[in-house]
Amino acid sequence: MDIKRIDEIIEKHDSEESSLIQILLDIQSEHHWLPKEALNRVAEKLQVPLSRIQHIATFYKAFSLVPKGRHEVHVCMGTACHVRGAQRVLDAVQDATGIKPGETDADLKFSLETVNCLGCCALGPVMEVDGKHHGNIAPSQIASVLNNCD
Amino acid sequence: MSEIHLQIDGKDVVASEGMTLVDAAKSVGITIPTLCHHEKLEPYGGCRICTVEVEVRGWPKLVAGCIYPVEKDLVVRTRSEKVDKVRKVLVEEMLAHAPDSEQLKVLAEEYGADKDRFDKHPSFCIHCGLCVRYCAEIKKKHAVGFVDRGSNREISFFPEIAGKECWDCKECFPLCPTSALQAAYVLAESLMSPPEEAGGCGCSCSGHKK
Ligand code: SF4
Ligand code: FES
Repeated sequence: MDIKRIDEIIEKHDSEESSLIQILLDIQSEHHWLPKEALNRVAEKLQVPLSRIQHIATFYKAFSLVPKGRHEVHVCMGTACHVRGAQRVLDAVQDATGIKPGETDADLKFSLETVNCLGCCALGPVMEVDGKHHGNIAPSQIASVLNNCD
Repeated sequence: MSEIHLQIDGKDVVASEGMTLVDAAKSVGITIPTLCHHEKLEPYGGCRICTVEVEVRGWPKLVAGCIYPVEKDLVVRTRSEKVDKVRKVLVEEMLAHAPDSEQLKVLAEEYGADKDRFDKHPSFCIHCGLCVRYCAEIKKKHAVGFVDRGSNREISFFPEIAGKECWDCKECFPLCPTSALQAAYVLAESLMSPPEEAGGCGCSCSGHKK
């Protein structure tokens, strides 16, 4: 981890204590997780107690304290997707990646999560990869979508 | 400070501005039960065991006595059927988490709470926040904090800070209404003993002892 880069992110937000969450979000989106050294650095620069940072970092689901894969796969398990076969989509993703929801593969390529609604029920079943929605997805298409990720 | 007249359990009370109902009641010898309240700490209003009934312009409502400020001509009832029922359920819920808490047992007796009403979730902590707030507000060390969310929320000692500060302090222990705090500390202590004391890398492997 490049501590200089962390400093840049902190400075971009003027080392403002009130920008704490925004800083954490930036670090998260760049590293796909919040490394301990980064949190220590933020605590030191912003003069906020580490306990408060941990409190926030464990409270919001957007943050992760363990390394995540380069590609984040979300499978919607909401009611609408569920009745349209979300479970089969999830099974196909698990087969293709070899990981279960909440896990990350050993190459740090994929992380898999289930979500309860992506807000586009008409497109169900929906899978989201790195923020891009794949609607009406069939289990047979999953492997090719994931193979396109490097 | 201006004087405020109000009525608590039928008694006329003269209070000063900024006092809470718990303070005002105390000044005339009426005790409102509290769990998360501490004189030296900022008002928190987390546990709701101090719930009382107040009448505002004839309308009764339930409020938390430890944070509700005194108001002119307020009518307060610290015990009523409604209040007792709220406290009873709260105690029952908290007992599901901390069945051995002495303070909760006393309250259970008082309000007829059934300790077995809810399935047991022995997390032992009732999230009163006393330890966390005491460490932050009074000691200004932030050695212990809350982590995680919802029903998984729990207290955690941060080894980096706790390793330096807690051993000589431990002032939060007696504040805890349950046994959760001490248990968490004992756990953390085992994790934060410095490597040189534990020998080599700090784990129990036989590889590199000092
Ligand atoms: S450990 Fe004890 S003092 Fe700390 S929040 Fe939990 S119940 Fe309250
Ligand atoms: S004592 Fe009032 S909410 Fe806990």
